[in-house]
Amino acid sequence: MGLYILKRLLLMIPVLIGITIISFSVMKMAPGDPTSLLTDLNPNMNEEAVKRIRAHYGLDEPWYVQYGKWLRNMLMLDFGKSFAADNRPVIDKIFERIPITLLINLLSMILILGVAIPIGVMSAVKKDSLFDKGTTVFVFLGFAIPTFWLALLLMILFGVKLDWLPISGFRSLNYAQLSLPEQILDVAKHLILPVFVSAFGGLAGMSRYMRSNMLEVIRQDYITTARAKGLDERTVIFKHALRNALLPVITILGLSVPGLIGGSVIFETIFAIPGMGQLFYQSVMMRDYPTIMGILVIGAVLTLVGNLLADLFYSLADPRIRVAG
Amino acid sequence: MPAEITRNRYIGAVIMRITGDFTRRLAKNKMSMAGLFVVAALFLTAIFAGYLAPYPPDEINTTNILVEPTRQHLLGTDILGRDVLSRIIYGSGVSLSVGFVAVSISTLIGLVLGAVSGYYSGIVDRIIMRFVDIMLCFPSFFLILAVIAFVGPSIWNIMVVIGITSWMGVTRLVRAEFLSIREREYVQAAIAQGASDFRIIFLHILPNAMAPVLVAATLGVASAVLIESGLSFLGIGVQPPDPSWGNMLTEGKDNIEIAWWLSLFPGLAILITVMGYNLLGEGIRDSLDPRLRQ
Repeated sequence: MGLYILKRLLLMIPVLIGITIISFSVMKMAPGDPTSLLTDLNPNMNEEAVKRIRAHYGLDEPWYVQYGKWLRNMLMLDFGKSFAADNRPVIDKIFERIPITLLINLLSMILILGVAIPIGVMSAVKKDSLFDKGTTVFVFLGFAIPTFWLALLLMILFGVKLDWLPISGFRSLNYAQLSLPEQILDVAKHLILPVFVSAFGGLAGMSRYMRSNMLEVIRQDYITTARAKGLDERTVIFKHALRNALLPVITILGLSVPGLIGGSVIFETIFAIPGMGQLFYQSVMMRDYPTIMGILVIGAVLTLVGNLLADLFYSLADPRIRVAG
Repeated sequence: MPAEITRNRYIGAVIMRITGDFTRRLAKNKMSMAGLFVVAALFLTAIFAGYLAPYPPDEINTTNILVEPTRQHLLGTDILGRDVLSRIIYGSGVSLSVGFVAVSISTLIGLVLGAVSGYYSGIVDRIIMRFVDIMLCFPSFFLILAVIAFVGPSIWNIMVVIGITSWMGVTRLVRAEFLSIREREYVQAAIAQGASDFRIIFLHILPNAMAPVLVAATLGVASAVLIESGLSFLGIGVQPPDPSWGNMLTEGKDNIEIAWWLSLFPGLAILITVMGYNLLGEGIRDSLDPRLRQ
């Protein structure tokens, strides 16, 4: 097991380098360079001064030297200072917002698992039933609905018309005055809609996936054997079939990480939740390049970590992987 | 050369049989016909927007703002008194063109990289596949937004950026097809005859690998439409006053407490469009999949 983990970690290194190279090229895609903001409209600028400024930021060096320096800073988690008015180190701004984004993503993963697996199993076991057909329609809707539109509709229904749930923010204005249970309830109320919205697409995908998995497993010989030796249907489905159908779910969960993190831009912006996605959106609107680069790299690294965790869990759950791999 | 003619006739007959078979199965599939209907309707709406729309899309009428849906304005009017239905009709062109251009770009990249990767294997294959892995690590929405932040928002930039950030699936698909088709007898025969790589890739393998690519492209249009609407909703896509379904929803959000129709209808248009492409894609897949043949 230790050897397997080591191997996986070593395999991450070239991918990490690739991530930084692509991020660096994205940065280099900008027309002009970061100094044009300072120089283009400044009447006091002459060629000499422009050269000096470019040299000051190291922009006169060849790209691989620039990349090397940038990479060294990345490795020390130094993403530079934000261009925004607060001028704080980018890494601080990102780290204070990651917990909220991760919390929402974790909750929506739990929701996805908790709802999609039973639905998938049910529709596989009762294939072509009314329930199965109903979920098929739901799945097609789930794939086609723009999540931000769903968010708007839910906000109109639960926030405006019924006035049951708050439609923006992470906590109420009077949060500090509330007692602890009230505080938890307050945050929970604020999170219901965002979590549901961010889980919706995944719900559809996962229940579809679970259904086809289950259908595949039920056809196997060992299920026929289990039935032949007289086990009741519940044991066959939940003990023999479900366990095997659940295995690939781990991988799918890992693969869904980038989608969830990327989606956080949209729902955190809509619901005004101060997470990493909202920070990213604000940075894009303000052209706060250091923060954009920082979040781009960290988002990719989070995905990589998610995939690694999925692989490790898989190897824990399925001994064949760590023996063969 | 009679032999040549006979052979061409024979190939023609085979193609007729296969495509005829495919078309017949596609026509029998109710879901895909519904999808085809939606897609065709979208095309017609976009082409004939000028004739269909009851009002010009940017006709401002300050005496008539935020009107609920009525007989004059079937889907109501917005904050500047513009007719929502007309703007939705004009917005269909954006969705259509973004979907097609973006998917053409990503499919082209995917075809080339996948073909090279699957045909040559070895070190080239390993490099390309690693590149795919790395690209898949980026939350695609982050990557798209970052690039847009650097190159600036415009409909053209969006098409290109969506295209160059969504080719990975097609690449893997094409590679897998190439790996398996390369081992078939007719390809081996072509190699033995000394045919050039170019000829083998484009004449012998690629045509046989196109079916899953077609499916992926159809489904890709759906996701490109979704991404574009999301970007426009965030104000990073199609810029007002040009109507797009996404930026109409931004107005919906800004007036969420007073005008529900601004939020409901543009989103419905997106939903129906995306569903149309998805149904069509699934239908094509079912019709092409030999395992589903009776």
